[in-house]
Amino acid sequence: MQEPTEVEIASPAIGPASKRAKPSGPLDWLATNLFRILLSLFVPVVTFLSLYAGFIFLRDSKAPKEIIAIVAIVWGVGGVAALYLVSNWLVEKLGDVWRDRLLPFVFVGPAVAILIWYLALPTVRTFWISLFDANNIGFVGLQNYLAVFTDRNMFTAFRNNVMWIVFGSTLNIVFGLLIAVLADRSRFEGLAKSLIFVPYAISMVGAGVIWNMIYNVSPNVGMLNAVYTGLTGREPVAWTAAAQLQPWNNLFLIVISIWLQTGYAMVLFSAALKGIPSEIMEAGRVDGANEIQIFFQIMIPYIQGTIVAVGTTIIIFTLKIFDVVWVMTGGQFSTQVIATQFYREYFTAQNSGYGSAIAIVLFMAVIPVMVYNLRGFREREAFK
Amino acid sequence: MRTTRAKEKTRLRMSDILVNGALVLLVLAWTIPTIGLLVSSFRTRFDIQTSGWWSFIPHQEFVKVEEFEIPADLNRDGVMNIRGAQGTFEQFRAGVTTPDGKQRLIWIGNKRLGKLEVQRQQWTAGYKLTLDNYQQVLGGKTFEIRQPDGTVVTEQGDNFIGYFLNSLIVTVPATVIPILIAAFAAYGFAWMAFPGRRTLFIMVVALLVVPLQIALVPILRDYVSLNLNGTFLGIWLAHTGFGLPLATYLLYNYISSLPRDILESAFIDGASHFTIFSRLILPLSVPALASFAIFQFLWVWNDYLVALIFIGAKPDVQVLTMRIAEMVGSRGNDWHLLTAGAFVSMILPLVVFFSLQRFFVRGLLAGSVKG
Repeated sequence: MQEPTEVEIASPAIGPASKRAKPSGPLDWLATNLFRILLSLFVPVVTFLSLYAGFIFLRDSKAPKEIIAIVAIVWGVGGVAALYLVSNWLVEKLGDVWRDRLLPFVFVGPAVAILIWYLALPTVRTFWISLFDANNIGFVGLQNYLAVFTDRNMFTAFRNNVMWIVFGSTLNIVFGLLIAVLADRSRFEGLAKSLIFVPYAISMVGAGVIWNMIYNVSPNVGMLNAVYTGLTGREPVAWTAAAQLQPWNNLFLIVISIWLQTGYAMVLFSAALKGIPSEIMEAGRVDGANEIQIFFQIMIPYIQGTIVAVGTTIIIFTLKIFDVVWVMTGGQFSTQVIATQFYREYFTAQNSGYGSAIAIVLFMAVIPVMVYNLRGFREREAFK
Repeated sequence: MRTTRAKEKTRLRMSDILVNGALVLLVLAWTIPTIGLLVSSFRTRFDIQTSGWWSFIPHQEFVKVEEFEIPADLNRDGVMNIRGAQGTFEQFRAGVTTPDGKQRLIWIGNKRLGKLEVQRQQWTAGYKLTLDNYQQVLGGKTFEIRQPDGTVVTEQGDNFIGYFLNSLIVTVPATVIPILIAAFAAYGFAWMAFPGRRTLFIMVVALLVVPLQIALVPILRDYVSLNLNGTFLGIWLAHTGFGLPLATYLLYNYISSLPRDILESAFIDGASHFTIFSRLILPLSVPALASFAIFQFLWVWNDYLVALIFIGAKPDVQVLTMRIAEMVGSRGNDWHLLTAGAFVSMILPLVVFFSLQRFFVRGLLAGSVKG
């Protein structure tokens, strides 16, 4: 392996060959390499300074938004690329041994550093904060956790999260599977799947506006109340807030996440169904199985792996659910979940210890999935 | 023989109708909410509050034709006969249909006044659509709206163009930066030998499912002390950090499965790691990069929580989702603005989805193998 930079330096052909002879003393060495050393210092310094100037400009400038937008995008994307280019350029200058030692860290270093700063370390830090009181001054041990598991509000939040997981995940999988099977036999498969998938591209805040409108108390605005009052002749109902509906008002929020997420389940199930060899289905039909038997005894067992994978993903998503609840009810009317309680305690009530304890509880809930992932990784032996 | 074949044929047609019918119902259930939003965003504030968005569908409705007063000497306590229609006061209050069934008489006002309205069934559709809502939501300046009763009201625009730009400024680098960093890391993990390689990659796998809530508190503290709160750099880095585990993992799966021969022959030709990466691996990984890019783009564009925490209350940095959530809280009954605003926030994701559907599905399938 050779360095491209060496090639460039060696290539000037004009001038006597003796000029390229090895320098004899340290002074000669410095003289020949001064330019390179200065360049090695100059390039990183200039890169750093121009990035810093961009940062200050973006932070303090009063320029029109369009100009800031362009500068921001060029600076952000170009800056990261420049950092890699410069550090690679520097490492390439060091000679073979050190280059081979350091280059891998130029490649994986930034990713590892960001992961440690943003996810690995915060797990420990949040746990540490959770051992202190509201103002992060007095050490209280595990008392915040004791409070989390005895608080009435938290109990409701846990119950709601369980409701979300039980109803949300199950119905998500059922509808995803149903639509995938139906679409598979229809001539309009592509169109139907596209339309079902659209909500997946919509933000949960946008979905909140859509469903706030559907659930509106006024039958002139809320479609559900228009249908309800039209059919029964009774008074309109506040579907997400009414006291007499609790705890089932949660179901009206869960419907929103089903609406958003079914497209995801459908796409995966649809692909899995297409992977079932047609001979197996034919064999079943020849043996006299009806469509329902084929569905339960051939299709379901065949795509079991996909169902587990989709289920796990949806359960994790449901466990962390925040936006839908926050936009629809703000976690009032007994619709709070763990993530909204975390936000309320930490940011609204300013209780850092208690809020952090809730975050740790949320983290503990996903540990089984993490262990499962790691075990799967080890079994596949990705690193030979 | 013939009859059984015919029977088989009808049975197949029946199941075809059943399958397509059920599918149509489900598709309707999934699309009607979005259609409702879209239609509402083009209706006037007055229309939204007085009739449902579904009234834009042509339907029959009683429309007032004329008004008249009954003779003063008519006994209002018994059964009355007015223009051929019979009924008590209470019945006329609710509306009585004339014997020919074409008109309806309704008692308006009080009992003593004796004023009636004649209504006729007509086909109508609430298609009085307007672009005013979008004008008001998008623009930042004040402008005038003509009310149905003729008066003119001056309103302050909501400046969604500004929030749209902010969303774009946040989203584009927050999509490209993590992909670039993850691609370098994936290459390093796949094709370079260094101490700690396995341990570091196990960390990536472990972090795949960590909820980002765990990071909000400590990172917010760092941001406050670094003065990064409410800056674009801060939110880019946050999205980079939270998207990086999945990006690294997916790109590693892809890059490590590229044939070894290509790399080895490039090494023999004297190419450096950096050259191989930028000239060979990146172009070869375009499908994987594109798939992940779409997801990261949607995720960041639609994100609310991360923006809420790290941008906070700075109006010149706020993104669309924050502004809409704020409007839901403060102006929850301004449906004409909320719907228009929400639709503005959906345009870009919908365009991305419909134009890049192929990559979309591929990305979903690649992500599903995790675990």
